Amino acid sequence: MATPTRTGRSDPPGPPPTTTTQARRPAPSGLRSRLHRWDHRVSPYVFVAPFFLVFAVFGLFPLLYTGWLSLHRVSLYNVDKADWVGFQNYWDLFFGAPSHYFWNALGNTVTLGLLSTVPQLLAALGLAHLLNYKLPARGFFRTALLAPYATSVAAATLVFALVFSPEGGMANWLLSLVGAGPVRWEAGPWSSQFAISVIVIWRWTGYNALIYLAAMQAIPRDLYEAAAIDGASRWQQFRNVTIPQLRPTILFTVVVSFIGATQLFGEPYLFGGQSGHQGGADHQYETLGVFMYDQGFHSSMLGRASAIAWIMFGLLLLVGLANTLIARRLRSAK
Amino acid sequence: MTTVPASDSPARRLRKGTPRPRARGAGGQHRAGPFALATLILVSVASLFPLYWTLVAASSDGHRVIATPPPLVPGGNLFHNIGYVWEHAGARGMGVALLNSTLVAGTVALSTVAFSVLAGFAFAKLRFPGRGALLALVVSTMAVPAQVSIVPLFILMKHLGLGNQLGALILPTLVTAFGVFFMRQYLTQALPTELLEAARVDGANSLRVVWHVVVPVARPAMAVLGMLTFVQSWNDFLWPIIAMNGAINPTVQVALAGLGTGWSTDWSIITAGALVGTLPLLLVFTVFGRQIVGGITQGALKG
Repeated sequence: MATPTRTGRSDPPGPPPTTTTQARRPAPSGLRSRLHRWDHRVSPYVFVAPFFLVFAVFGLFPLLYTGWLSLHRVSLYNVDKADWVGFQNYWDLFFGAPSHYFWNALGNTVTLGLLSTVPQLLAALGLAHLLNYKLPARGFFRTALLAPYATSVAAATLVFALVFSPEGGMANWLLSLVGAGPVRWEAGPWSSQFAISVIVIWRWTGYNALIYLAAMQAIPRDLYEAAAIDGASRWQQFRNVTIPQLRPTILFTVVVSFIGATQLFGEPYLFGGQSGHQGGADHQYETLGVFMYDQGFHSSMLGRASAIAWIMFGLLLLVGLANTLIARRLRSAK
Repeated sequence: MTTVPASDSPARRLRKGTPRPRARGAGGQHRAGPFALATLILVSVASLFPLYWTLVAASSDGHRVIATPPPLVPGGNLFHNIGYVWEHAGARGMGVALLNSTLVAGTVALSTVAFSVLAGFAFAKLRFPGRGALLALVVSTMAVPAQVSIVPLFILMKHLGLGNQLGALILPTLVTAFGVFFMRQYLTQALPTELLEAARVDGANSLRVVWHVVVPVARPAMAVLGMLTFVQSWNDFLWPIIAMNGAINPTVQVALAGLGTGWSTDWSIITAGALVGTLPLLLVFTVFGRQIVGGITQGALKG
């Protein structure tokens, strides 16, 4: 998409291909036109420079530096002294003394990721479908669903830690009404991961529902009319028109949610609360993020923490790769 | 990802907060049945109840809050508890923490909006060698997770003399890839090329064009981006608890983390902290909710 009038000025030497704009302008002095041309050529780079500067210093450089650090032993208290250890940090994580906790954290990240993402996105899809009906007070429903998004992870986790508290928690009281429980939510591996997933689901379902809703409203109506003429029921319309049309959006939310799930940190960090065990006394809900924080900033092993960070980065690259492959397959299937 | 009809101006859509005109969409024609309505009411209650429960807990005292059955109406201790966390939570009190968070999130939002407008405008409407490649780079950096960079960032801030300083929270997010991409998507559609040409013909230089042509058009998107960035910065958790390790000068989230990990064992105090830390954003949401909803769907749809 060429913008025709511009080309006249962005190619300085030689006769400009389009002279209309130049002709309309009063003949500029040499200096002014040179300044103008210079402004024209340089300003786009000036405009995009802040982003790339910030990214280079606080994004790219730390990313590479993490890789370098992961091959060293570095103490939190003397960050300038780095001893080369080769792949020792990775070896330790995979096979050495801390490997038990590493694999545990990796497993927890996967189970927590699935527990929190899959129900969340399915619920969001259903809610978006309902929100797409003609509704009274639709503004209220949308804002109500998005309110949890305004709550910070810290505030939400503290409140839910009280809800799931073994003493006087709301969750156990509700269970007792139907004659079940009490459950010691924080203590068990499954109960604690369930509780943490509830926090994640509570915070993000409405957000995703609104994204789906916007995509649903962009689907041309004639597709539904055609389906209705063919005698498709509402459910069949949802399955055969809505879902296929939403595919790119669904893929987008799946990837974003998986990226978020891989980095899950605040909820498992704070859920143990008063016990003082981030990730649980038995590491029962310790994620890779919490493990990295613990190794780096509690146990002062910044090199090992960097190795964990790079492993997480690798995992995310795999997720991204899978996404690209799936997207390509979907596109070719069409 | 999804093509957007040209007839509906993005500016109008953002302002209304309704992402699409109502005539489109499938369900728009069907009225919601009682089942759909009941489900939505139930989910809304589930969404809002934890917030209400925060208020109930924060207005109780240490015994009432963990009583069985739990209290369901607010008690009379709200101002006492808030006053307590205001003075004592997070080393210097919640008041200072709120001020710090406002300062950080406000600066980050302003600078992100300003730099994103400039870069978004360049990517949307200016032609320059390397534009496509640079834009692809911007998009791909969105996938780089913050956690990967946290250890070197900590070391870097130490060297810059920003240990435990608010600047350590501001610098890394002065401008984000999301912001640049968001403004680029918006300006591509909303900014008429003829308007730019007219300004050029009048001999306006690039900065004047930005100020007098681009900014007025971009205003609704700038507001949305500013709010989204503010919320994100306000709620950021991992980097602040590392960068503000000494908690001498905590933000709201750092103060809440301290509150939740052993500083107090009184749940009414802890929830009062959560309430104070959440209230400012909830107020923003009740006022600008529709615009934020519009912004989220805009940003996501075209990602």
